[in-house]
Amino acid sequence: MGEHEHHHHDGHHQEHAQRAPSALELRVRALEALLTEKGYIDPAALDVLIDEYQTKIGPRNGAQVVARAWVNPEFRRWLLKDATSAIASLGFSGRQGEHMVAVENTPEVHNMVVCTLCSCYPWSVLGLPPTWYKSAPYRARAVKDPRGVLEEFGVELPQSTQIRIWDSTAEVRYLVLPQRPAGTEHLSENGLANLVTRDSMIGTGLPKSAA
Amino acid sequence: MTYRSHADLGGQDVPGAIIQEPEGEYFHAPWEPRVMAMVVAMGPTGMSNIDMNRAVRETLPNYRDLSYYEVWLAALEKLALQKGLLSDTPPPPKQVLRAESAVATIKKGFSASRPATKPARFSVGDRVRTVGVQPEHHTRLPAYARGKLGAIEHVHGAHVFPDTNSRGLGESPQWLYTVMFDARELWGARAPAPLSVISIDAFEPYLEPA
Repeated sequence: MGEHEHHHHDGHHQEHAQRAPSALELRVRALEALLTEKGYIDPAALDVLIDEYQTKIGPRNGAQVVARAWVNPEFRRWLLKDATSAIASLGFSGRQGEHMVAVENTPEVHNMVVCTLCSCYPWSVLGLPPTWYKSAPYRARAVKDPRGVLEEFGVELPQSTQIRIWDSTAEVRYLVLPQRPAGTEHLSENGLANLVTRDSMIGTGLPKSAA
Repeated sequence: MTYRSHADLGGQDVPGAIIQEPEGEYFHAPWEPRVMAMVVAMGPTGMSNIDMNRAVRETLPNYRDLSYYEVWLAALEKLALQKGLLSDTPPPPKQVLRAESAVATIKKGFSASRPATKPARFSVGDRVRTVGVQPEHHTRLPAYARGKLGAIEHVHGAHVFPDTNSRGLGESPQWLYTVMFDARELWGARAPAPLSVISIDAFEPYLEPA
């Protein structure tokens, strides 16, 4: 155990998973069997965790938070003042969301979140992070060339917009509150939540426009 | 022995595109969810703590060649061996995560907040300079923000201090601040986005008055 049967040199993290699945699969099974035998893990609990993070804890949670803030000024104030409590009031709390801060986009300021040191991400509201968020290119560039990064995501902001980057270097986790798209006055809270994309809550995207 | 993190990437020249991914696509191989779940489930056993996990991950010599879940797997294997979990006399787990309580446990979370042992040294608006020396152990002050002038934007209270917790030297809670820097302070006059503002969350020992 511990030796890697494969070697990569191109630095493209995204594609590694497909290259030697059987060897990795065996390693993972061996470790799970050992930790189970020694009494550290209960495989049934792993099944529950996987189901939870695959089907229940994800960016639709965050989208509900954003939509609520768009329709309810009191909730918006609460969210910006004490995001952990405001978010918990909608039922979203816990691991990697214990210390939440919500940062609001305005015509003057656009917020973007990164973790340059690892891949800290607000799991309780956005779920597991996408591969690009954990990748070296994003972590390297977001703090230095945020406009270049936004361009890669197809987002172009006026030169006068200040870009505000939040590097999650401790246990505080950040949620971007995007601007409500124009022409959405007729939409319900649920309808608004459908416009809120994962990337718009990281700051690498904007919400969808109203249909 | 020299401590070297391979994970401190902010501002480095890293080639390659940022490859976008649709929402809801969480895993790319069948073993990845098992690794994610094992790492989460090992938390309550007390084998290690989040800071030890990060220290082991960032010092894997082949960190940059591994996918993220490969990093998690390699670090979990290494810690399990280091802590004697796979030996004939494994230390008893503090707590084993069971299926019935797994959801409640992750919903409760693992707060890093601790009672402060002394008053905060800085307040919002104070000018500070980050320390300039890279310590020979795990730390959470990124290289790009060392020896830089910034301002306190928020005081978060006292949190577990990764620099000691990662080495098994105790939680030693320290005041945590959001510190903001102008792009030009970090990247010079030729910063690609000169009007941008970058913040880090910095523990009090990382900061000096300026």
